[in-house]
Order: sequence, then C-alpha cells, then structure tokens
Amino acid sequence: MNEILEGLKAASWLVLTFDSDLVEITLRSLQVTLTAVAIASLIGLPLGAWLAVHRFRHRRATIALLNALMGLPPVVVGLVVYLLLSRAGPFGVLDLLFTPTAMILAQIVIVTPLIASISHQAMRDLWASYHDLLISISTRKRQRIATLLWDGRRALITAALAGFGRAIGEVGAIMIVGGNIEHATRVLTTAIALETGKGNFDLALGLGFVLIALAILVNVTTHMIGRTESEGKW
Amino acid sequence: MTSILPLTLSGATVKRGKKTLLGPVDMTVSPRGFTIILGPNGAGKTTLLRALHGLEHLDSGSARWQVPLRDARSRQGFVFQAPVMMRRNVRDSLAYPLIVHGVRRKEARQRAGLWAEKIGLGDMLDQAASQLSGGEKQKLALARALIRDPEILFLDEPCANLDGRATREIEAILQTAQANGTRILMSTHDIGQARRLASDVVFLMGGRIIETGPATTFFHTPSTPQAVALLNGDIVE
Repeated sequence: MNEILEGLKAASWLVLTFDSDLVEITLRSLQVTLTAVAIASLIGLPLGAWLAVHRFRHRRATIALLNALMGLPPVVVGLVVYLLLSRAGPFGVLDLLFTPTAMILAQIVIVTPLIASISHQAMRDLWASYHDLLISISTRKRQRIATLLWDGRRALITAALAGFGRAIGEVGAIMIVGGNIEHATRVLTTAIALETGKGNFDLALGLGFVLIALAILVNVTTHMIGRTESEGKW
Repeated sequence: MTSILPLTLSGATVKRGKKTLLGPVDMTVSPRGFTIILGPNGAGKTTLLRALHGLEHLDSGSARWQVPLRDARSRQGFVFQAPVMMRRNVRDSLAYPLIVHGVRRKEARQRAGLWAEKIGLGDMLDQAASQLSGGEKQKLALARALIRDPEILFLDEPCANLDGRATREIEAILQTAQANGTRILMSTHDIGQARRLASDVVFLMGGRIIETGPATTFFHTPSTPQAVALLNGDIVE
C-alpha cells in the first residue's frame, strides 16, 4: 500500500514538474503507438470490411487465421522482426533495428490482426443488414466496402481503440527490436520494466500511472471526437 | 436509350435446400402497368419479386432483360417490407443512390432535399433515418428507390405494418411514379389495396402462378376456386 502511495506521489511529482525524461518518454510512446495504430487501421479496417463483403474459396479459413493471429505472442513477433531487421536479415541494409521505426513495425504486426478481426465482426453484422439494399442499389464492391466503413465508423473507432490499448501496453516486442535505449527508443512500458528491475518501484508505479492516464485520456478523447455515445446523429 | 423491359422469366425456380420456394414460373413483365402479386403467406410472393430483381439466384430457368444485366440492375428499384435504414440522416440516405451512381454530392443533396419535401419529410432532413416512425421510414425507403427514376420498381408488401393514413400516402406516391412512367410490381395481402392500384394481377400459391390477367377480369370473373375464395374473404392456404 505504501509503495502505491509512493508511486502516486512520484507520478504526481513527475507530471506536475513536467519532468523532461517523462515528457520525452511519453511523447515517444505516443508517437510509436499512434503511428502503429494509424497504419494498422489503414490496413485492418478495410481488410475487415473486405472480408465481410467478399466471398472466396478459403474465406472461413482466412477469418479463422486472422482471429488466431490476434493472440500472436509479442515476444515472438519481436524476435521475428529482430531477425528480419538485423544486419544478417533481409532488411538489414535499412539499418532500422533499435529505432522507433522498428518498434512501430513490430506493433503493426501485433495490432493489425486485432483491428482487422474486430472490424470484420462489426462489418459482418452491418453487411447482414445492408446486403439486400446495397445489391439492390447496384453498388460496386468498392462502394459497398466504403459504405460499410463510413456507416460503421463508430464500431471501427472501437476497433482502433482496442488496437491502441494493446499497443500502448506492449513491452516484449518493442524491448527486443527497440532495445530500450535512453533518449532513443525508451518508452513508458520499457521504462517501467527497467525501473522495476532496478528496484525503483515508486518510479515504476509512477510511470505506470502515467501510462494508464494516457490510455484513458486517448480513449475518452476519441469517444468525444467520434461522439460514440451520442444518439440520434451519425 | 433502350428500355430494359419487357422482362421475361422462363421456367424460373428458386430452391432452399430440397424445398422449392418458387416455380417453375413463366411470366412477362410488360413496359407499362401496375402489377399486384397476391397470395397467402409462403406462396412465393417475396421470392418472385426478389428473383425478378436479381436478389435470388435462379436454380433453373432464366430472367431476360432487353439490355445487359448490369445496365438493367442499375435501372431498377426495390422497396423491402421491413425498410432498411442506413446509419445516416434523411438527406444523406436519399442522396446515397445518386452519389454511388456518379451524381455530384452537392447536386445529390439538393435532389434529396426536393424528394424529402415531396414525401413530407422536408423538415426532418438532418434527423437520423433510424429514428423515423414506421410510416416515415417506408416513405423514405420508397423515395430512395424512386430518386433515380427507375424504369421498374419492385415493392414487397410496403404497407404491411402501416396505418391507413401512411398507406394512403404511400399509394399516392406510387400512383404518381406510375403516371411518370415507372413500371410497378408490388405484393400485398390487402385486397382493397389491390383493387385500388392494380392494372393486372398475379395470383401465386405454393410457389406457382395459378392465375394471372387484367385486374378487372381477376376481380370480376376469377377463374380458379382459390381466387374466388380469396376474393370472398375466405381463408386461402
């Protein structure tokens, strides 16, 4: 209990004094996570809608695979991305290992299946109610997907937020590909892991509270912008 | 521009598993008129309309339009018994069919406004379509189907859950559409509505057409005992 109170005190102190390290780590966390979620959303949301609308031979197997990929172990993703980006790997020449870009790539791999799968479930339900109408209006497949994405945008915000929640709290993969380098690749989660390892529980807890506050802030802001709780308007 | 009509349905059947829902059916839909499709529940009215519109796959037989199918499909409208409301406001719901067929957004929204006025929803343009009453939803669905001036309009019991006033409004819109050249095929259970609107009647039972012809002939000198029973108000199964 004492450690939690100390953590709260440390967190308050860090926030109130705009601790430069905290600000830097927080901004990097946001930069990495928001970039990864934005790119994953660009891939995952249309993919989910496309899977809802398009019928093809191995569709069920593809959806099952997508759902299974939601449970990808981040450490394994980190290891694979590490091997791909390491000097001996196929993308070694890009010199991306231990950079925020590598962390973004790892997070994209982790988050895209999650966003695509949630998007698919929401789009599948919407497609069930729109199917006859959109066929009747003689829309093209691309228009159907665009319509589902637009009319289902509230559900898609939830999908993106789920992706954000997973990405902001991710530690294993970004630790491997980012290396937790001070002033370069250190983010909130890797900093918490480091401080815990050093026995600085109050600071680790403080960073943890900041992380939770950040996640809540982004969720609330997105809900407000998306008006996901307002009725009667789309 | 070549008319998409007449539409010829030849030996058309629709099955669900081993059960035959429709057919075999042969019929021709001429370019003019107001066809009412009558029949008890499960007779195949909805399936026939959906098959004509291309929403049902034909297990055998064919539906032949006078133009390529893609072109024919884009010149039809369909109003469902339970109107499908998009997650949009009234204006955007009406503008949607225009926009997906290449009309500029500004013009589409203007035309949507005019249609909303026509059907009495002019002061609800910014209201969510899902929040309209049952009658308003059906009028919106009807206007959405008519906004592109379809050559043929299919309606599946559009007034089934509406009161007298809403039914009268829907019928007035349909009569105007017909007067403007839209061919109409509509299913209904309401014999009174059939008498008011029909130029010809298709009477279905068990997925087959058992009587068809001009409305005056059907209503005054029905040729099958089932049609006589229907017109006498008896229960027809």
